[in-house]
Amino acid sequence: MKALSEFKKALIISLWFMLLTFPIMVIRVNTIEKVVEWRWRNMAFIGIGSFLLSFVWRYLLGRKEKGRKLAEAGSVEARPFSRRLLDEPRIYRPALAAVTLFAVAFPFLFSSYQTNIMTTALMYVMLGLGLNIVVGLAGLLDLGYVAFYAVGAYSYALLNHHFGLGFWAILPVGALLGVLFGILLGFPVLRLRGDYLAIVTLGFGEIIRLILENWNEFSFGPSGIANIPRPGLFGIQMSLNEATIYLYFLMIALCLFTIFVVNRLQDSRIGRAWIALREDEVACQAMGIDKTKTKLTAFALGATWAGMVGVIFAAKTTFINPASFTFLESAMILSIVVLGGMGSIIGVILGAFILILTPEYLRAFSNYRMLLFGTTMVLMMVFRPQGIVTNVRRIYKFRARGRDGEPSQA
Amino acid sequence: MLELRNVETFYGNIMALKGISLSISEGEIITLIGANGAGKSTTLMTICGLVPARRGDILFMGRPIGRMEPHEIVALGISQVPEGRRIFPLLTVTENLDMGAFLRKDRAQIARDRDHVFSLFPILKERRHQQGGTLSGGEQQMLAISRALMARPRLLLLDEPSLGLAPLVVQLIFRMIEKINEENRTTILLVEQNANMALKIAHRGYVMENGRITLEGVAASLLDNEDVKRAYLGL
Repeated sequence: MKALSEFKKALIISLWFMLLTFPIMVIRVNTIEKVVEWRWRNMAFIGIGSFLLSFVWRYLLGRKEKGRKLAEAGSVEARPFSRRLLDEPRIYRPALAAVTLFAVAFPFLFSSYQTNIMTTALMYVMLGLGLNIVVGLAGLLDLGYVAFYAVGAYSYALLNHHFGLGFWAILPVGALLGVLFGILLGFPVLRLRGDYLAIVTLGFGEIIRLILENWNEFSFGPSGIANIPRPGLFGIQMSLNEATIYLYFLMIALCLFTIFVVNRLQDSRIGRAWIALREDEVACQAMGIDKTKTKLTAFALGATWAGMVGVIFAAKTTFINPASFTFLESAMILSIVVLGGMGSIIGVILGAFILILTPEYLRAFSNYRMLLFGTTMVLMMVFRPQGIVTNVRRIYKFRARGRDGEPSQA
Repeated sequence: MLELRNVETFYGNIMALKGISLSISEGEIITLIGANGAGKSTTLMTICGLVPARRGDILFMGRPIGRMEPHEIVALGISQVPEGRRIFPLLTVTENLDMGAFLRKDRAQIARDRDHVFSLFPILKERRHQQGGTLSGGEQQMLAISRALMARPRLLLLDEPSLGLAPLVVQLIFRMIEKINEENRTTILLVEQNANMALKIAHRGYVMENGRITLEGVAASLLDNEDVKRAYLGL
């Protein structure tokens, strides 16, 4: 009986898909010979394909459901596989060594084109970690994160253009301006949450972009700013190749710095306040947490990193214009955070590498990039909504006493 | 300890509290009973600063707190168990308790207090690594009360602790409320629909109706009051 209903469901799904894809997969208008071709064979393929896939789909869904029930009953260890991998010193020590070695050797092994791509990926790691503070930890959905990135980039480009200030002088300025704009965005959205917050932040991102695009006297409009100097190193003249390698290592250092700071923040008082805010706003206030301060620090500390990466972006490409700071960019950074696993540092790093490097190395399939991207996202959200690496907070143990002296785990 | 004088609270243009006056002395259990929409929860939220009072004074230990932010009020020693428990669903029991002690920095004392609430509610100790959201309703209520106690409050505000719980669990919770009051000398303001239970453990009670206090007195006399019996005890 069950098998029959499963069969019926799959049949309906395959019919539905045949109908949906009918216009694009079956009909083709041959404009040269002015005839309509009917490719019925495609329809058959789609029917069979979706029929089979629907079984796989429901099998996987069922498995996931079962897994969740087991986890709720508390009978299985709640630590996911990826986490166990990271907790096991025998695995992660050599892995860490290998990653370090690879990272150091990378620019000398590969061409400067590859190094450039890697630098970009590292920039997105930093952006992702920054947004992770706002979205992953504090639970505030920010769709306008790219605005802070633009603020950083333009602060370098403009201050350099008008006052001739160098990269190292502006890097902290970019971060500070990020904080300032973070707070600026934070104030009006203090009372908002969920969908409303998302829409306002989306608007904020667009406002910044539109200002940059239309205020010609200030930002040189859509034509952008060119000839932005690359970062310097005590005034040493560098060839283009050397400059690329230098920027790569600079980016590695900054990423390590970001990881360090974000990791410390996560376990700090303010980190706990963010988590409380994410879980329940009213309860958070009942705990004596200052909601205003907590929200503002989340926006400010999240925006800091975008401001810094903005400065680096301007220095790396030596040319910026508003077209680099569209909503798509915000969506990309958000996808990195969601795909990687909200609140998980390792997850965000992996997410950034996957989302930035895959399209570069799969140039052959570049026509299908958005299709693959969309499919991956849908599949991820259905089967692994918690992201690649689930965020597991530290387990604190207090003095084991009497009969329940389990080994402690920090 | 806590005094409200002619407090008026509005939601937009709607007047929810129409001049509430009540006072609580140190070490008392006071209960606020009344029907749905009488303004009991609003009174609690006003005390906590979650909904600001438009007129009137709120004094805690002689200090006006009517214009303070919620977190400043918690820092003064008023802790709230919100309606519907509102525990942090994805944090473990221990983490929930630690959140309760957010404003405190004395780690050793916090650890002792945690042991204390575990002794009050042993089931929480068994479940200390479990996520708050996976607890049963009664356990969640115990966690919410424990979490509020972790702030070492002088005044504990409880908003409908019996909501949606089985009668046996309600009895257990109320026994614990009495115990907390006796052992820690914590003053308690208890808002309840379950008037019968509340009046049995309280020292004094206030009856609310349509944003006003219509009756006040010693709990035992309220239990015997004919109007209260008819309206709230179903006798």
